Order: sequence, then C-alpha cells, then structure tokens
Amino acid sequence: MNIAVCIKQVPATESKIRPSADGKDIDRTGLSFVVNPYDEFGLEEALKIKEQVGKGTVTVISIGEDKTIEALRTCLAVGADQAIHIKDPALSGSDTHAIALVLTAALQKENYDIIFFGKQAIDNDSGAVGIHVAELMNLPHVAVINKLEVSPDDKKAVAHRQIEGGTEVINIDLPAIFTCQKELNVPRYASLPGIMKAKQKPMTIYSLNDLNIATDAVGAEKAMITLDQLSPPEKRTAGTALEGNAGEAVTALVRLLHEEAKIF
Amino acid sequence: MDFIFTEEQTMLRDMVRKFVDQEIKPLAQQIDKEHNVALVQGILKKAAPLGLLGIPFPEKYGGSNMGEMGYAILLEELSRGCASTSVTIGAHIGLAGTSILIGGDEAQKEKYLKPLALGEKIGAYALTEPGAGSDAASLQLAAKAEGNDYILNGTKLWITNGDIADTIVVYGLSDAKLKARGGITAFIVEADTPGFSANRIEDKMGLKGSATAELVFQDVRVPKENVLGQVGMGFVIAMQTLDESRLSLAAACIGAAKEVLGMSVDFSKKRIAFKQPIAQFQAIQFMIADMTAEIFQMESIVYRTAWMYDQGTKIPREGAICKLFCSEALDRIVDKAVQIHGGNGFMGEHPVERFYRDSRVNRIFEGTSEIQRMVIAEDVLKKGSY
Repeated sequence: MNIAVCIKQVPATESKIRPSADGKDIDRTGLSFVVNPYDEFGLEEALKIKEQVGKGTVTVISIGEDKTIEALRTCLAVGADQAIHIKDPALSGSDTHAIALVLTAALQKENYDIIFFGKQAIDNDSGAVGIHVAELMNLPHVAVINKLEVSPDDKKAVAHRQIEGGTEVINIDLPAIFTCQKELNVPRYASLPGIMKAKQKPMTIYSLNDLNIATDAVGAEKAMITLDQLSPPEKRTAGTALEGNAGEAVTALVRLLHEEAKIF
Repeated sequence: MDFIFTEEQTMLRDMVRKFVDQEIKPLAQQIDKEHNVALVQGILKKAAPLGLLGIPFPEKYGGSNMGEMGYAILLEELSRGCASTSVTIGAHIGLAGTSILIGGDEAQKEKYLKPLALGEKIGAYALTEPGAGSDAASLQLAAKAEGNDYILNGTKLWITNGDIADTIVVYGLSDAKLKARGGITAFIVEADTPGFSANRIEDKMGLKGSATAELVFQDVRVPKENVLGQVGMGFVIAMQTLDESRLSLAAACIGAAKEVLGMSVDFSKKRIAFKQPIAQFQAIQFMIADMTAEIFQMESIVYRTAWMYDQGTKIPREGAICKLFCSEALDRIVDKAVQIHGGNGFMGEHPVERFYRDSRVNRIFEGTSEIQRMVIAEDVLKKGSY
C-alpha cells in the first residue's frame, strides 16, 4: 500500500497575521510555521492504514521554499517514510492550478494507491488543490471525509462525509484521492526517536525541470487568478449606550437605525 | 558562536509545545484545584511513549541523548502549562534518573535507569530530612552494613514523587564520623521494600498536583549491589546531581515567566480603564518591559549554561547563577503579572493566581537562594573571578 500525503506549511494557528506593506502577501517576519492542521489528519490516516495493512510506504510531498523542509521533516518525525520537496524559483506567485499541475507531475512518478490532502490549507482557505489534482490525474475522489475504511484486498474503500442533516457513505475504487476533515482521526505527536531518525529518512528534491514542467508554465505570469489586495478586518468601534427610560431609548434607537445605520 | 537551536531541538520544542497545549493546559487548573496527582500521572503515561521521560539519557538506557539542551527545552515548555507536571517530571528525570546516571554502574543503569527513561517506573530523590535541608551534610538517616545488605532507618521529608515513585535514590549516613567527607552513601531503594512507607503531604502553597511526601524507613533492607557508586560517595553524587538539576529548574522558570507575560499582554490589551486599554498606560508598559527584559536574561544564561554542560564543562557556579537569577526573576515577573491583572489576578479562577503560588518554591527547593549565593561566592573566591 503506497500512500502519498500532500502537505502545506502554513503560519501557526495562533499567529497574528498582518498584510505586507504592498498588500499582496502577508508579513512573514516573526511568524512561526506549522504543517497545515488538516494535512495532519491525512498523515495520521496514512500511518494508520499502513499499520493496519502491515506494509507499504507513506510519502509526504510539499511545494515551497527552503523553509518547507521543516514541515516535511516534522512529518518524517511523526512517522512518514520519505519526503519529496518540490522547489523552484519559477513557482513564485503560482495559483492553485499551477500547484495542482506540479503536484500531479510529482505524484505520477510513482504509483500511489491513496493520495491524501487536507480539505483546505488554513492560510488561503481555497480548498481547491486536492480536487484539482484528482481531475488532472483522472482519479476518483471524495472530499471532506471524516471516516475511511480500506478493503482487505487494498482495492476499494468506503469513505464517509458529513452532509446537511446526515452522513454520505461512498464506495470508491482505489487508487483514489481524499481530502480530510478534522473528525477523521486524532493525529499523533512526533516522538523523540522519530525526531532523531527524521534526518536519516530519504528526502528527494525536485525542480520543475526534474518534473518536465517548463518554468514558464507556472508562476505569477501564468496565474489565472491574481491576488488584488489583502487587508486586515475593519476595527470594531465601541458601542453606544442609549440613556433614558425604555420609551426614550427605543425612540432614540429607531432614529439611529433610520438615520445612522440606514437600515430602513 | 551559534545561538540557534538545531533542527532536532526545534522539532522537540514544537512537539512538546503541542503536547502541552493539547494534553496539559486544559487540565492545569483542575490539577491545582483538586490536588489531582492522578491527572499528572496520566500525563506522564502519555509523555512516556513519546520519549519525553528519557530526553537527556543515552540511547542505550532508553533515552534520546538530547542532552541538557533537550532537557531544558522540555522543562521550559512543560512549565508553560503546569508547574506540578513539570516538577514531577523534573524530579523523575533530573534528580532520580540523573543520580543513577552519575553514580550508577552498568547493571544499575540497565536495571533502574532504563525503566525510568522509558517511563515504566517513576523515580524520586530523597535527600532532605526534617533536620537537614540547606545543611544537607547533616542528614541523619542511618545506613548500617549487615552481611550483604544495608539497613536503613530514619525519615526523609518533602520528597517530590515520594509516594508515587517505584525507584527512590536515598541518601543515608553510613559513617557518622566521616559525615559528608565519605560518610554519606546513596542507595537505590525499591518502593515495595518491606519497612518503607510514604505519607502524602497535602497542605502546600503551590505545586498542588505534585506528590510531596514524608518517607519513613524502618529497618529497610537494601542489598549492597544497590549502593550507588562507592560507599561514602553519596554526598558527591547528590551535589553533582543538584548542579544539573538547578539548571533545569531555571529552565522551568523561563516557561512560567513567558506564559504569564503572554497572559499579561493579552489582558492589558483587553482591559479597559479610564476609557482605554490599560496597555496604553506607561505604568503597565514599564512592567511589561521589565518582565520581557528579565525573560531575555533568563533565556540567555540558561541555554548558554546548558550548552556548556553538554560540552562537558562542570557548572557549579553557572548552575547556581541560573537557579538564583531565574527563580528570583520569576517571582518578580509573576508579581507584576498579578498586578497587571488587578483583582482578576487575585482570583482563583485565573491561571495567573496559580502561577504566582507555584513560583514561590523555586527560591527554596533544590537549594535556597541563600545557598546558591554561598555556592557562587565560594566558587569565585576559590577559583578567582573571570
């Protein structure tokens, strides 16, 4: 059973995010970075399936700058067997379509029975790459799963997903792609022996050239969507307390709703 | 000079932080209110398979060989969540385990250190007696040789993990004439040995979830192979162990200091007085500045000293400086934190009140501030300044 888990390094959940000076990105100074929490559910599920089946390989894959190696190494410390780091200066400014293209090229180098993604990355919240890769690879997929059972012959799986008012249960042939929701499992911690072993595990680095992708096929120039502006949420101003008895307060409230808030 | 954590150290810190956020912080108030030692023991059970209880020990004894740096990182992070848990683990690793690592032979390390490192057994270190605290050399617990055994009689007091430990390193008087100069011997005592009993001491200012006990030895028979190191070497082992544990105690102070600074910053931004957040007032800002400056100093001396220790340098002076400065700085910091929180900081429902109480003992146990000053002065007067 070969399983791939595509992960993204994102700012830690407790980070205080500020837009950068040009408003086109976030200010990364002083931020700490973690493995996207939804991707951790994918890694945990992969490790559980491998343990259950008793054989196979769990490969973690990520695209990003040099720093991304920390996230991959963390996944190796948690228990993944090997990692693939895709980095290329030409990838800067890529949109989700380009990221999906590149991941597809990397995933097609091996035969994976299952490919996991988080249901979304908590930085941009696009929720697009996993299902986009499924389309490009022409593989079946189930998005936002909260339970997965793999058949004993490794050929089929049953995935559960929460829908309005109930649970949808989907039979699917493997190989397939799944995007993971948080009820799927409880991710384990990296262990000390795992941390000490992480550096000895294989880490393959691919450039676009290694994946036979032209550098002008990706990046900001080729992006089909462009980020216009990032802005912090508007500051909330202090509320107004209305004075007087109930009758006076209601009269004042109606006047304010009409004249200031202009809701009628 | 290189002031950057290695990749492994960074991963360790991230992992322990996550563990503390998810497994310890949600329980910390309950542990304190209910004096709930069982919850702390439950945390240790979860920490063991991750390898957290053997961090500084060699791999062949079930440890992770991450040195004093790794151990300092562990205690700093644990102390952000719960001092009771941090002290329980500190006594287990830094006092019991370290004594055996320093003084034990191969067979003892295999038999006793390994189960401690793997978390299969819990350890304690019994030095203090009703009449021997700072003046540890005047301990009275009698250790009398008889055939192939030693017979222990006496009482130990305020022993962390005393009544939950399986393996206890006990310091006894084997030669009343020689005392600390060759008359004190360290023994490994198994808690189920007949004649041994432990009584929990509940009424403490802080560390309410840490098991503190009085240990009573009535004709406790310990085989001679459980003598740690040589007969008469006990005081040396006890003091070397404290050199190391003082440093880790200082590391624990950093975590608590950072946590209450974080609470104080958040609180001061939200708390409105005189129509503005109190963080706008210079009086509050100066307290935050002083807390931050002290935390930077704590971090700087502790990790520098941990690095020295890992290079094989002896650290009696530096360990004492770290312990003295960090325990006293933490008390100044928690005091300011309570002040910033005002009435909220005095109320038991706010964690800052717990940190205030838990902090105080750091200036007392494992050598009072006064003892640290004596150690530092003696070292400087003997070896010269710099």
